[in-house]
Amino acid sequence: MSALASIPQISARRRRTDRIMRGVLLAGAVIALIPLVLILYYLLKNGLKTWSGNFFTTDPTGAFFGNQGGIRSAILGSLEIVALATLIAIPIGIGVALYLTEYGMEGWFAQTVRYFVDVMTGVPSIMFGLFIYIVLVTAHIGGGFTAWKGSVALALLMLPIVVRSAEVVLLLVPSGLREAALALGAPRWRVIFRVVLPTAAPGLVTGSLLAVARGMGETAPLLFTVSTAFGLTGNLGAQMNTLPFQIYTDIQSPNPAIVARAWGAGLTLVILVLILNVAARTIARRSRMA
Amino acid sequence: MIHPETETKESTAMSAAGGWPDQTEEERPDLAALGVREGAGHSVTVRGLHAYYGEQHAIKGVDLDFPANEVTAIIGPSGCGKSTMVRCINRMHEEIPGARAEGTIKLDEHDVYAPGVDVTSVRRLIGMVFQKPNPFPTMSIFDNVAAGLRLTGSAKGLNLREQVHKALRAVGLWNEVKHRLDSPGIGLSGGQQQRLCIARTVAVEPEVILMDEPCSALDPVATLKIEELIDELKERYTIVIVTHNMQQAARVSNSTVFMLDGEVVEHAPTTEIFTRPKDERTERYVTGKFG
Amino acid sequence: MEASVTTVTGGRSIFERSPASRLPDRALRWGLSGLATLILIIIAYFFARLIGQSGSVFNRYGLSFVFGNDWDTSRNIYHGAALVVGTLITSAIALLIGVPVAVASAVFINELCPRRLRGILSVLIDLLAAVPSVVYGLWGVFVLAPKLLPVEKWFASTFSFIPWIGGGVPTLYNYFIAGLILAVMVLPIVSAISREVIATVPSEHKEAALALGATRWEMIRMAVMPYSRPGITGGAMLGLGRALGETIAVVLLIGAAPTIGHHLFQQGYTLAAVIASEFGEAQDIHLSALFAAGLVLFVLTLIVNIIARWIVARGSHGTRGTGATGMTIASGPATER
Repeated sequence: MSALASIPQISARRRRTDRIMRGVLLAGAVIALIPLVLILYYLLKNGLKTWSGNFFTTDPTGAFFGNQGGIRSAILGSLEIVALATLIAIPIGIGVALYLTEYGMEGWFAQTVRYFVDVMTGVPSIMFGLFIYIVLVTAHIGGGFTAWKGSVALALLMLPIVVRSAEVVLLLVPSGLREAALALGAPRWRVIFRVVLPTAAPGLVTGSLLAVARGMGETAPLLFTVSTAFGLTGNLGAQMNTLPFQIYTDIQSPNPAIVARAWGAGLTLVILVLILNVAARTIARRSRMA
Repeated sequence: MIHPETETKESTAMSAAGGWPDQTEEERPDLAALGVREGAGHSVTVRGLHAYYGEQHAIKGVDLDFPANEVTAIIGPSGCGKSTMVRCINRMHEEIPGARAEGTIKLDEHDVYAPGVDVTSVRRLIGMVFQKPNPFPTMSIFDNVAAGLRLTGSAKGLNLREQVHKALRAVGLWNEVKHRLDSPGIGLSGGQQQRLCIARTVAVEPEVILMDEPCSALDPVATLKIEELIDELKERYTIVIVTHNMQQAARVSNSTVFMLDGEVVEHAPTTEIFTRPKDERTERYVTGKFG
Repeated sequence: MEASVTTVTGGRSIFERSPASRLPDRALRWGLSGLATLILIIIAYFFARLIGQSGSVFNRYGLSFVFGNDWDTSRNIYHGAALVVGTLITSAIALLIGVPVAVASAVFINELCPRRLRGILSVLIDLLAAVPSVVYGLWGVFVLAPKLLPVEKWFASTFSFIPWIGGGVPTLYNYFIAGLILAVMVLPIVSAISREVIATVPSEHKEAALALGATRWEMIRMAVMPYSRPGITGGAMLGLGRALGETIAVVLLIGAAPTIGHHLFQQGYTLAAVIASEFGEAQDIHLSALFAAGLVLFVLTLIVNIIARWIVARGSHGTRGTGATGMTIASGPATER
């Protein structure tokens, strides 16, 4: 065998392909980031200039000319409606997840529930609005369009998110802890409330915050359940204004001043949602199951 | 939650005033701290035990006696059923989906498998220490020891500080943790965590303590401390210890059970089983020919 | 509520508990089972009511509701083919544009990107999922649509020889721009799932390729992509489900024309968009038609979701579909991994 003169190189064609494809993949990643950058840029550019003390402390007037007012009722309405939705969705969601991890486990019933919860996560948000419209609004249960019905629709939307994320977190609780508690002679319900839930708490909070963030941003379910109001009602039994709805109507206005308000409201909404997301991530990061 | 003093000075002062006694020498497990125990110890009797994982027949008709206030070791190769057997005694076996057990297991004269028996009461009386130390991560050292009492609803009307102190003294951990009872239980070393778990078990005042390979996750120094503790514990409890370490069985137990394939092959005083085993299979196992 | 047991005195031990103390356990078990059953009941009930409400329209038109093309509110005639077609077109555009970009970004992040940038890039792409759809609509209407209109016009005239894509006169709101926004909304989902799937490729496969002297790209093509294909396909289908049902951003950008457009840059409509925009004034048969559209949409998304999960489960190479993937699918990619 003759000695090698040099280590053979791969062909120039292969090297070129490699370089080109690397470039393509890099381009893909960059393209993926462009929309986020652009959205944030325009939100800040157009939204910040509408922010003022008045913007946050006055309600929209509904007037076309003259003083348009701010978005106070929208912010407060959103907070109220989402708060009620959270109160409904979180306990039920965690309850179902507890059933799946502590009692049902791999049984056929639990598998069925799990499957349909999964399917529910893919249901378009407009469907939840339609559902509540059919069931509650047309039947005029407790009034026509009301804020609490919007909360119910949002709760249905948030529910599968809470169930799935809670189940993941509950499964991460080491079985050794449950065993230790049971071996001490604890009844099952105490094991769940004193050991399992406290251990899973950070993860449960993270999942809940993400569900809340989702709920805050949804418009379609509100279209069919709350519709909207202008002034501050503070009454969940009546219609209420919400940020997404406010933005949705303002976008379609021919008055540029109202459109400007949409940008300001949009920026507010995005910031609220981002805060929730960042809070969720921080909690998750700070409490890796030790 | 009650907070005992965390300053050593204070506890010295307290001890001068007649409070917690101060131990300055190397701490040994102090079971006397648990107070006087009346009556004889408690024995466990197993008759005709069968255990299943679904269709799999894991324990095939076992009869055993665990004498009161003695340490009985159970040895055997992996998969022989020793852990399963022990988990049947405190009815933890049935917590696994699809698992079930039949037969009679008596604590003194009371059959834990009798119809209508409530498993949580059984487990209060028959405690268990696991292979991997499992202190509750969200609880402090104090709360961990008190956990058993709180979880079983027996904490009412008790002086928890006293109970925790007694339990920690009993396992010889008091001096090491007395100034940081509020710190998280998982902050301790592996050996300390296991002793913490034993303190937690002891705090509910069981009659029998089951140990499922309690030292296999620990280093040799920690192991030795636990073996020393077991020696003390048997004064007060009946102990069953599953171990894959034959030297440990030899050091620690009064009698030893050799299991193979879900059956008891031999049960004899420890010295006999390791020097003059009666069954050929036992002999092959203890001389290392298999397992 | 104590265990009625005496221990320390070494006397009788009775393994009983008062019935009252058994109650919390039983109550908890039944309560939680009830909640789980509630979910199934809600879904079934929803189906039933939706079918009931759309009954009158299907009675009148039968299947031509879906296949006939004539949706005219002024004449009270409702054949929704244009809606179905519009839904499919915009979703197709969303996938055609969104999936390649998402997969490319996922491959880049997992295989090519320097380690310390990986976390940041993932978080940024995931943040796209956190943006509410109404904000996408806002940005689409006032930034994307006007800015792209000249480009679309140039494209349509330059490529006028391609049927349906070129040749027409683009309007401000059209299939393309709606589909493009959908692509952006679908991107984080597909990217997150793809990233997870790609991360599960066993390093032995990759090392084997590299050891044979493959370039980085060749390794990706030989070892990573084939292994990840089922999972990525499943992810794309989940993205499809999202695109099919998206309402607000689409209704603002599609042009609200209940006809089948003659080319890509013409106005159209989707099932979700028509429900949202005509709901306010609809009565009787019109309202029933909207519910029927909702039913069609619901069935469509259900089918797509079921197929998607089947593909992901089948191609998951033995790893359970829970864990991080479950959390992603559930809460959107804005999740800590």
